Amino acid sequence: MATLLISGAQVIDPATKRNAVGDIFVREGRIVDSLSPAERKRAKKIDGEGLIASPGFVDIHVHFREPGQTHKETIGSGSRAAAAGGFTTVVCMPNTSPVADNAGTIQFIKDAVIRDAVVKVLPTGCITVGMKGQALAPIGSLKRAGVVAITDDGDCVQSNELMRRAAEYAAMFDLPIMDHCQDHSMTEGAVMNEGVMSTRLGLRGWPHAAEDLIVSRNVIVSAYTGAHIHLQHISSGYSVEIIRSAKARGVKITAEATPHHLALTEAGLSGYDTNWKMNPPLRTEADRQALIAGLRDGTLDCIGTDHAPHTNYEKDREFDYAPNGILGLETALPVVLGVLIKEGKFKLPAVIDLMTRKAARILNLEAGTLAPGAPADICLFDPHETWRYDARAGQSKSSNSPWDGQELTGRVKLTIVDGRVVFERGKIFD
Amino acid sequence: MPWNRRHLLTIEELSLAEIDQIHATAGAFKKILGRSVKKVPALRGKTIVNLFLEPSTRTRMAFDMAAKRLSADVISIDGSTSSTTKGETLRDTAQNIQALNADMIVIRHAASGSPQYLSGLLNIPVINAGDGAHEHPTQGLLDTFTMREHLGSLKGRKVAILGDILFSRVARSNIHALTKLGAAVTLVGPSTLVPHWFTDFGVTVSHDLKSALADADVVMLLRIQHERQSSGHFPSLGEYTSMFGLNKTRAAWLSPNAIIMHPGPINRGVEIDSDLADGDRSVILEQVTNGLAVRMAVLYLCAGGQPEHAAANAGEEKR
Repeated sequence: MATLLISGAQVIDPATKRNAVGDIFVREGRIVDSLSPAERKRAKKIDGEGLIASPGFVDIHVHFREPGQTHKETIGSGSRAAAAGGFTTVVCMPNTSPVADNAGTIQFIKDAVIRDAVVKVLPTGCITVGMKGQALAPIGSLKRAGVVAITDDGDCVQSNELMRRAAEYAAMFDLPIMDHCQDHSMTEGAVMNEGVMSTRLGLRGWPHAAEDLIVSRNVIVSAYTGAHIHLQHISSGYSVEIIRSAKARGVKITAEATPHHLALTEAGLSGYDTNWKMNPPLRTEADRQALIAGLRDGTLDCIGTDHAPHTNYEKDREFDYAPNGILGLETALPVVLGVLIKEGKFKLPAVIDLMTRKAARILNLEAGTLAPGAPADICLFDPHETWRYDARAGQSKSSNSPWDGQELTGRVKLTIVDGRVVFERGKIFD
Repeated sequence: MPWNRRHLLTIEELSLAEIDQIHATAGAFKKILGRSVKKVPALRGKTIVNLFLEPSTRTRMAFDMAAKRLSADVISIDGSTSSTTKGETLRDTAQNIQALNADMIVIRHAASGSPQYLSGLLNIPVINAGDGAHEHPTQGLLDTFTMREHLGSLKGRKVAILGDILFSRVARSNIHALTKLGAAVTLVGPSTLVPHWFTDFGVTVSHDLKSALADADVVMLLRIQHERQSSGHFPSLGEYTSMFGLNKTRAAWLSPNAIIMHPGPINRGVEIDSDLADGDRSVILEQVTNGLAVRMAVLYLCAGGQPEHAAANAGEEKR
């Protein structure tokens, strides 16, 4: 295995509080304190001057569509998109076809990961059989098969009783539950945030109250059972408040925000562009500001992209009928830098923390740090480079992004997984 | 000012001058409607496709007839007989229509924004004949045309729109047209069907029928759909009628010369007393007639006609 010497970069590793220009040493796929003179001599040398070197990013919320919807994305193509975005560990959602509600499907995914993936792709399993919200999936077998969490992402468990039992049962295995918070009875046919904008566009509104209700439900279930529940892609400012007060009381919940909910609002929907359609929907400026504040004070724990590929022909249709979701992996860094640093005045280490250590910690993943002994998962990026994003030229199989054709600032230059360069200046090495 | 808009997608995007131009053109065309020969050659050789993917009687008939009166060839396609039932996308259907060299497409669709979507795909004019709960621009134009015939200028006139505003494209198009024309608009109905967000449109939202109707120059009723009951928007049609139905007692609150309007189809005995719908103050059937003139105007203008030539095309001022 390769020996690496990355020199001259500004090394930022929130987990070890490192933030200085220096060197990173890699031996046999792991970070080490130093290399011997002989090792230095034969090490592959990477010049990091002018770049930031951080732990490889961790995204605990992606959709790679395999098995069953490989026209949109595969584990291979999704992992290449991750590498291009500086992500070295991603957690894929189980709403594939068939859904990942049994050990056999998890094994299928793991086989595809070994065969095709250029970054670490970790599976989740369903909470319920068929993701139908009626009976518990074999959660113990899923855990044994290697899932890092269970979730019915996209199809929130509506029964409070079933959610309580799932939480209790999963806690026995220390398996976190991730929940997409949506009360279905309030969102039938809904395609965007409910309010002035939906009224103007004549589109069915998805009230933030439908998120707030399930966020509250999950706070209550977590407090009652002691189980860890992770709240996915929070979009509502009111939900941020609920989470803040629950955390103050010590409830074991965590929550994520997506780059798009941080950067965009419903105001962008005026042209009925389906690349602005996702679930939960983009909300108001006040909600967006509440999310930024939530990340600042720790109410929200991390960034998760909800990378959700769909083909052009699926997205290119009437707004009501287009599927929900947009790409996220290849634009996450510049979008988040733009919102949190330029606008929110966050410090760079705090932003990196949200995309590395704090994301990994939610699911107890061995990732997100450059501490000696850790896997050598590293991202080198230029926070100031401005480039034009061409979604069709990206690594994902799909190109459904509201940032397509836009100028973005902040660009990933190099991605290293277990000491191996998998992405360098636009090219994938698999 | 020349007319240079190819598509008619919304009233929201129209200027006051454009509304005036459409109304003036409709006025010219209206004159030929009562003649024995009701046809003018304005769009001879043009093909107009009416793509109605949602049920419609009045609008579809009016667009059909309007095109024929202008001597265009018309083809009407409805949802149940089109290839959309075989899963063909709107994009493919529309591109096929364009490939057959149609000159214009009139679309009615249940999905809001579909006309905008088509206008971005096609290089022929797209006319919105109603999209979801978004807009129904020709309805808003014909309603305000009718109001102007009765009231003259609408500046400062009080217009009450009563009923299911939330799901109504007719309401939205009328709100945009009326606010541009300077009318004072009050939306009234149950709070579940008239959400406060509408105040952002520059109108008054009310749940008190008496104050909303007091001295109004126009009351426009909207159809109450039965399915809103099962979705919990109000308890029952009976309760709706008792709280918000227009009857003789309540009609007496209106200004003495007020007109009563309804875009149809009417639920007699629900949103309006049957007698009132047929009474002296009702202009419901005039709306239908004016709908023909307004749609002729819209087809004519979007096909490249100019307002000042409409009168000549309508057979006037021949020397």
